[in-house]
Amino acid sequence: MSEIAAGTLFVLSLIVALALVHRPLGDYMYRVYTTPRHNRAERVAYRLLGVRADAEQSWGVYARGLLAFSLVSVLVVYGIQRLQDKLPLSLGMEPVTDHIAWNTAISFVTNTNWQAYSGESTMGHLTQMTALAVQNFVSAAVGMAVAIALVRGFSRRRSATIGNFWVDLVRGTLRILLPIAFAGALVLVAGGLIQNFSGVHEVTTLTGGTQSITGGPVASQEVIKELGTNGGGFYNANSAHPFENASTWTNWFEIFLILLIPFALPRTFGKMVGQVRQGHAILAVMGVLALGGVVLTNVFELSGNATVPQAVGAAMEGKEVRFGVSTSATFAAATTLTSTGAVNSFHDSYTPFGGMMPLVNMMLGEVAPGGAGAGLYGMLILAVITVFVAGLMVGRTPEYLGKKIGAREIKLASMYFLVTPILVLVGTAFAMGSAEQRASMLNTGPHGLSEVLYAFTSASSNNGSAFAGLTVNTPWYDVALGLCMVLGRFLPIILVLALAGSLAAQSPVPEGAGTLPTHRPQFVGLVVGVTVILVALTFLPALALGPIAEGLS
Amino acid sequence: MERLPSWLRQHLAALRAVAVLTVLLGLVYPLVTTGVAQALFNDHANGSVIEKDGKAVGSSLIGQSFTDADGEPIATYFQSRPSAAGDGYDPTSTSAGNLGPEDVLDVLPGATDDEGRQSLLTQVCARSKAVGELEGVSGARPYCTPDGVGAVLKVFPDRAVSVNQACPATPFTATYEGREVVCAQPGEDYAAGRTVPVRGNATTPVVPADAVTASGSGLDPHISVAYAELQAPRVAKERGLALDRVQALIAEHTTGRALGFMGEPAVNVLELNLALDRG
Repeated sequence: MSEIAAGTLFVLSLIVALALVHRPLGDYMYRVYTTPRHNRAERVAYRLLGVRADAEQSWGVYARGLLAFSLVSVLVVYGIQRLQDKLPLSLGMEPVTDHIAWNTAISFVTNTNWQAYSGESTMGHLTQMTALAVQNFVSAAVGMAVAIALVRGFSRRRSATIGNFWVDLVRGTLRILLPIAFAGALVLVAGGLIQNFSGVHEVTTLTGGTQSITGGPVASQEVIKELGTNGGGFYNANSAHPFENASTWTNWFEIFLILLIPFALPRTFGKMVGQVRQGHAILAVMGVLALGGVVLTNVFELSGNATVPQAVGAAMEGKEVRFGVSTSATFAAATTLTSTGAVNSFHDSYTPFGGMMPLVNMMLGEVAPGGAGAGLYGMLILAVITVFVAGLMVGRTPEYLGKKIGAREIKLASMYFLVTPILVLVGTAFAMGSAEQRASMLNTGPHGLSEVLYAFTSASSNNGSAFAGLTVNTPWYDVALGLCMVLGRFLPIILVLALAGSLAAQSPVPEGAGTLPTHRPQFVGLVVGVTVILVALTFLPALALGPIAEGLS
Repeated sequence: MERLPSWLRQHLAALRAVAVLTVLLGLVYPLVTTGVAQALFNDHANGSVIEKDGKAVGSSLIGQSFTDADGEPIATYFQSRPSAAGDGYDPTSTSAGNLGPEDVLDVLPGATDDEGRQSLLTQVCARSKAVGELEGVSGARPYCTPDGVGAVLKVFPDRAVSVNQACPATPFTATYEGREVVCAQPGEDYAAGRTVPVRGNATTPVVPADAVTASGSGLDPHISVAYAELQAPRVAKERGLALDRVQALIAEHTTGRALGFMGEPAVNVLELNLALDRG
């Protein structure tokens, strides 16, 4: 079988698997977030937290709880890294440098998981487990909570409240992420991933040299790294490392985990607003954009149009033999269409257009299907903008799911969409304006610009993958990218929660002749168009100077 | 607690939440997972270590270098791919090369320092030439000069410079569109010229793609079937084995696509070499 045929089957099998599970998982998540009953473990948790689980919160209280939780998380993750030499299982590692520790703390709390650090030479096992892996769970649970809160904004009528942050956080973690992670970790160990607490042990190789075989609780961290769309690797080489991604089928399984929750959430959304077909429409938009991203990345990589891939005969630089070109490209698309950022091959060495695709996927706003939770709320904001644009075109009242999209709603939605481009373009401009920051580029010419543009896009949209040639563990980049991550995560979240609050307070308007139906293919096409046009208008000039200039030279 | 101001109450709840979740997700979860994984998949959980004569010689998942102290390939062993992890296959320093697809211009030795910098294209060409020599086949590739660097010109109105070939080398081509082609003087600034990689007339290379590129992890345990078959005659000759026997061993240590369609077929180099040592 040719690599193209095998790669096509690989993608098709993923589609079939996701089509099979999105419904039961979406329905399950619907029950998790809507049932009034707390189970015993949760009641214990609420007592330990000292929160009243049945108290509903206004959007302001919900947001303050979320921000408080994130602030404390940053401080704890920073603290553990700085004190790791005094804690057990440190493997003799020094405390993490202050600017790298700050960057990493921000990065994991914001679900970005940018790697300014190199796992095997910086982090002890306890740091990996209690600082990094814990945030892999809870940052995903936070994203899902925000999405659910926004959906409640649509589904509730004349309500002053949008749910309880602590309940959403605990339920998302205990009932959704933890069980899947535990089962998934065992599947990954069956595939060859390691799961132990050993340090490095030296072996004498066949030729008489020495090699240091590393140990660690890798599978338990790997599974939530993918499931929670986090992406920060246990090792520097991330999912290219055989201990993180041992075989061709663990590779399939990891991509499946990345896409699992984001593709199931539209179903949850449809159930919550009482119209499953609305969920189908959102799912269709995600599916169309995702398939486009996957196919294009594959086409560009497999055609290998650039000098070095032509000399080599295939775009194999930075890729593993067992994954080949096609399933590496599929992984790259999946990881950037979501907010994951794990990599099984190194994007910096991709062909110019193949490397542009991950960048474009992130610039789409990571909505197809996007991060755990973040994808759904991003897509719903796009739907809001679309009904507004459509309303302008035909003179209909903009409304979505029975809620009027008035001045306040559209302001919040527009500001949401300005945050990322501003951070990306301003950040890149500052970096390129300084000779010292330009010196961090490994590659020269347009490819160097692509490295910097990629870094700021990845940080601002909380992805975490990289054109890894760029040297980013400098104080300037650690601080600048850290700021992009914080603003790129929490400004949109606050805007989304504010929108949820204002929608929840409305009483629904009855559907009339002037209502744009939002479950038909026409609407799906409109949202896809708005998404692509928004991105094209915003980022085309920057892309033209980077990957496009390189690809056409 | 109800009497505290609400912002403080929020932060106390947050602190408790982080503490509770850290214990559960950061300690209980990995410990339980480790316990179950160790019980069910002991070998995998501990790194798929393989032994020779009762002593661990590596992991079947982690590639190794089969070179001597000077970094020269040991002819009795199958060779792994190039690696960017530390000095090669160093699990404490995993890394990719990260050079871009249009990285074609070298910094010649002597220009800024004694070593210079090889572009990705020149790395590919040099590896191809070396593998070709080792296996006794042609190492020629498109965009490569016969002496194993990237065939790249800087074109000026009156002349063209083969920038990766330091004088006194003979340029890979005498003329380019009517201009004379000269070798490059280390340290001279050719930035103003137009960069033109020259494909040349090399056909499909004999040396496979994975033999001339570094993997993403730097620890790739595999080579392609094509690269293994290219090396088989040399290994058979050095070990005095029949070629059939070596080819049978290659087939034995080839992992096909999972379920017939996932990923690419690959040959595990360490396992193959170990099987050869065991005879």
